[in-house]
Amino acid sequence: MMSNMPTAAASANTKKRKKSKKNSQVKEIWRRLKKNRSAMVGLVVLIIFALAAIFADFIVPYEKAIEQNGQIRLQPPSADHWFGTDHFGRDTFARIIHGSRISLSIGFISVFLSLIVGGLLGAAAGYYGGSIDNIIMRIMDVFMCIPAILLALAIVAALGTSMQNLLIAIIISNVPSFTRLIRSVILTVVENDFIEAARSYGAKDMRIILKYILPNAMGPIIVQATMGIAGMILSAAGLSYLGMGVQPPDPEWGAMLSEAKDFMRTAPYLLYFPGFSILISALCFNLLGDGLRDALDPKLRD
Amino acid sequence: MYKYVVKRLLFTIPVLIGVTFIVFTIMALTPGDPGRMILGQAAKQEAVAQLNHELGYDRPFFTRFFEYLKDIVTKLDFGESYRTRKPVFDEIWAKFPHTFKLAVFSIIFSSLIGVSLGILSAVKQYTFIDTFSTVMAMFFAAIPGFWLGMMLIYFFSLRFGLLPSSGIDSWQGFILPIVTLTLSGSASLLRLTRSTMLETIRADYIRTARAKGATQKIVIWRHALKNALLPVITVLGMQFGGLLGGAVITESVFAIPGLGNHIVSAIRQKDVPVVMAGSLFLAALFCLVMLAVDLLYAFIDPRIKAKYSR
Repeated sequence: MMSNMPTAAASANTKKRKKSKKNSQVKEIWRRLKKNRSAMVGLVVLIIFALAAIFADFIVPYEKAIEQNGQIRLQPPSADHWFGTDHFGRDTFARIIHGSRISLSIGFISVFLSLIVGGLLGAAAGYYGGSIDNIIMRIMDVFMCIPAILLALAIVAALGTSMQNLLIAIIISNVPSFTRLIRSVILTVVENDFIEAARSYGAKDMRIILKYILPNAMGPIIVQATMGIAGMILSAAGLSYLGMGVQPPDPEWGAMLSEAKDFMRTAPYLLYFPGFSILISALCFNLLGDGLRDALDPKLRD
Repeated sequence: MYKYVVKRLLFTIPVLIGVTFIVFTIMALTPGDPGRMILGQAAKQEAVAQLNHELGYDRPFFTRFFEYLKDIVTKLDFGESYRTRKPVFDEIWAKFPHTFKLAVFSIIFSSLIGVSLGILSAVKQYTFIDTFSTVMAMFFAAIPGFWLGMMLIYFFSLRFGLLPSSGIDSWQGFILPIVTLTLSGSASLLRLTRSTMLETIRADYIRTARAKGATQKIVIWRHALKNALLPVITVLGMQFGGLLGGAVITESVFAIPGLGNHIVSAIRQKDVPVVMAGSLFLAALFCLVMLAVDLLYAFIDPRIKAKYSR
């Protein structure tokens, strides 16, 4: 990878080669991922979900998801209301489509922020070791001892119920496990000789972490992040089910199930659609994560 | 070994103090005060202030925190519930057995199902049983537990009337919640067991064992399983610890008066002593379970045992 030829032409050449190598690596991973049928199914379904979330307003207006209409309460699925209507006469299909916006953004935002916080803490702990490692990991141990959902509930109760506070609660209760994972990945990368080599020619810590450690640690982190989105969607739905997450009238899948509970006997279809939406999105993120793991680490395959 | 256990037990003390501090801080940030909570909305402001003063609520945060710790250390006094005015552990001991029963049965069933199917699908990789169980595991790992519970209630209680939908009046009431927890628990165990087992089967010492002419049975049970089990046991321990405190949503779906439900309603009503004692209790249990896991490691792996006795 490293060229020590001093001429400018050579270094320009190296840069070019490096770039093409990076591209070809991504291409190689993509080629392997494409062969994995279940991962591709997951990816396609997720793209459909994402498109539905982005273009929700074009598919069905938001008013249909929140406007109450007493005349069409609890109607079973029909041509007018594909997924039926709930106890306020709101169209379930519209609520599912607009709910995907909430659930997917909760999943992406919370994983992204947990990765940043957990990444910084885990990288510091794994790279510096010693007392920094000790302090960070002991604090994480303390957080891990408190059941995640109770911690999240208590945080929401303290800060008040809102989408933003739900995110904060989910992130705080997930950072410890992300930190642990990233620390362990960093630890295995740090042992490599090229880190020793970089240190020996006097590279700064920041440069070593950003340039040599992170790219080599990316694989497991990407896999964990993909699966993490599924976990976050499930926990956000669970908190909303307990009434401590997204508040009515906003259409969130978990909150919809919580409302559907009282009409289980008369309107079971209200249970099916939000539940399947959560299940399918979580399942597809897991499938994609599995596929990515195999594609990123061909050693694991036969 | 003995020294190791004592060391680990001593180590849980700072962890529990940390837990106390975190939960105490969160509860202090929660709006509302205990005086208003106990006396209700109709009470006069002076009476509320008076009660807050008696409870020491008007003092600074750190004073209250150290008072709380002091009461625990010197008198083993965890305070009284604001709602019932009874010592908090009276309630915790009354609720905990339900949660414990739920956790023990689900962890037993999910480890039986998850670990055995995991081994089987690793040994028979790419056969029908492997595909079937990995697909099922994928499916159940992605199902939200509370929705699974609701669907089970709908089909088994409302539709066919086979089992009670909620409550713990009879032992049948425990069936659906245990099934719910077992299905999602065994799914992740199956996936983990399968992948660690696959990794182990490809290790050099397994090839050596095969080359020496050991039968498949001996290779799997004596050589591979012991080595593959270590990460599985860690996850099993964490799942059990999680079930003791985290079956909250399942308890809520099936209206089981367990510890999780108790703490959740305490959080909602800002019953600080109950939340504090409940989370401390669960954290202590979690530490003990993880200690048991590490001791189990030593039992399985002599290398780890040697490390402990050093």
